[in-house]
Amino acid sequence: MSGADYVDIYRKASLIRQTDRRFMDVIASGRIATPYYSPAGQELIPSAISVLLDQKDYIVTIYRGMHDQIAKGVPLKLLWAEIAGKVTGTCKGKGGAMHITHPASGVMVTTGIVGSGLPIANGLALASQIDRDGRVTVAYFGDGANNIGAFHEALNMASLWKLPVIFVCQNNRYGEHSAFSLTTAVERVSDRGAAYSMPAETVDGNDAEAMWRAAKVAIDRARSGGGPTLIEAMTFRFYGHVLGDDSHYMEEGELARAMEADPVARLRAILIERGYASAGQVEAIEAAIKAELDEAVEFALSSEYPSLDEINTDIYGMETAA
Amino acid sequence: MNSVEALNGALHEAMAADPSVIVLGEDVADGQGGGVVKVTQGLSTRFGDERVRSTPIAEQAIIGAAIGAAIAGKRPVAEIMLMNFTTVAMDMIVNHAAKLRFMSGGQTNVPLTIRTMTGVGFATGGQHADMLEAWFAHTAGLKVVAPSNPADAAGLLASCIFDDDPCIFIENLPTYWVQGAAPPANHRLPLGKANVAREGTDVTVVSYSRPVNDVLAVANKLAKDGISVEVVDLRTISPWDRETVLASTRKTGRLVIVHEAVRNFGVGAEIAATVQEELFGQLKAPVRRVAAHNAPVPFSKPLEAAFAPGQADIEAAIRNSLG
Repeated sequence: MSGADYVDIYRKASLIRQTDRRFMDVIASGRIATPYYSPAGQELIPSAISVLLDQKDYIVTIYRGMHDQIAKGVPLKLLWAEIAGKVTGTCKGKGGAMHITHPASGVMVTTGIVGSGLPIANGLALASQIDRDGRVTVAYFGDGANNIGAFHEALNMASLWKLPVIFVCQNNRYGEHSAFSLTTAVERVSDRGAAYSMPAETVDGNDAEAMWRAAKVAIDRARSGGGPTLIEAMTFRFYGHVLGDDSHYMEEGELARAMEADPVARLRAILIERGYASAGQVEAIEAAIKAELDEAVEFALSSEYPSLDEINTDIYGMETAA
Repeated sequence: MNSVEALNGALHEAMAADPSVIVLGEDVADGQGGGVVKVTQGLSTRFGDERVRSTPIAEQAIIGAAIGAAIAGKRPVAEIMLMNFTTVAMDMIVNHAAKLRFMSGGQTNVPLTIRTMTGVGFATGGQHADMLEAWFAHTAGLKVVAPSNPADAAGLLASCIFDDDPCIFIENLPTYWVQGAAPPANHRLPLGKANVAREGTDVTVVSYSRPVNDVLAVANKLAKDGISVEVVDLRTISPWDRETVLASTRKTGRLVIVHEAVRNFGVGAEIAATVQEELFGQLKAPVRRVAAHNAPVPFSKPLEAAFAPGQADIEAAIRNSLG
């Protein structure tokens, strides 16, 4: 992994972090009303993976997926406008934060149903396999999803058919308010790969280089016809399940320790320490992001809501005779 | 020609016409028999194992894979062996296939056909014979289709496959081998358009799927008594052809709705309510419904025979409507 890769990953991670903070501010100010599932703390996972993906590669993600969408390239303005429910958003304001779709960036489905993305990711990969178009599909999900049937059905089918799909579990240690150990009979989600003869590993998702290396192996395998991979990326979420959650169910000090080991701050320090970028260059990246964000927020807040006839459009594509 | 042959022919034609048509489901490939009743026979041999795939018994995986492939530009025909097993994949069908077009603001769509079989009469008991069409008709974004004869089956299936929206295509297992007219080559019937299967003046009977054949038999019998029955075969349950049903009912002033599904909260309720709203002053009699008992499908032969409506029930409802 080169210094330039480090910088690219940091640029994405920093964009996600600043966007997340701004969302929380704008929601707190009452200018946007939405349930919000902050991905703060999990930024490095999709950032490290996405620098290895092409625009044409697909991702499927979940309601806590803003970091995945930004890392894959969804334009900030469109994302903000969608979360504000405006007609200028990715989905004309009809999807919202939990249902972002933006095929031009490869973001094909964002689902609010835990575990549902995995079987659909298989289908995207199936199309690529039939067309031999070299695309890979990444399915992002949380540790809570590893106990639902869809996870198991999807892993079995992907392995059986050698689909070019990568299952990335962002294990942030809690499914809603329940600790991983309370809900999951195995030590690691990656242990479940063995049941489906699928290569699987647990990596430190807060370590950019470890994440990048694991992703590279999986992407190379998928592109070369070697089939799927299960990656369990260990991480932590900083703001509980949904914005407003006080994390009362966490063990004493757990959150504070995780925030102290903030992966974005650590990556920033590495860039400067190792000379991949100077402090001035890092600050310039951050300032450019801030300016881009200012513009996106202004765009979202000043855009129009969809007209009411949008309720009755996009239900069917082809008119029927009736 | 029977419906198995008609459906098989339609699938062959669709796959030959468009390389984006793929077929997946339990036992659909020829190595596994070409489908439990051989509707998909010959497809994998002719079009290859990439496009025709036998799957694990894993309905969420089947429909999920079909949805993903559809978003990526394929036209998947996913078979769910029996309609009761669609319940295992309801999240995929209701939360995803039906809604992705709307939730994405029209950026993605799911040109998926779900073929499924069901129907009372094979002594399969409570979990293999339900008609669940009302569940799907109640979900915006799905199209629900139920043919009553082989030629319609071929024409409607082809239209579902080449439609850009997700379609639930309901085949009636006990009528698979009933002979009917053969469809013309590359037959297509418009979705959402009912068929006036028999013209009449005294009473309108609206039905779909298997019971249409019973309704036609009853109409022929009543004609000998001077009762003129107009039979409307809905063909597409959702979106349904309100105009044809309203026009026919306006003409006759009487409506009987016949379906194999249980009566409570069924398709008949929607049609009856619409007709009451639109034609209240023009009706000569209350709208009647003929439907199955509000019970699980029973096993024991006499119970099973009494569960779903038969010709005697249909005749009684028509005579009752005529007062």
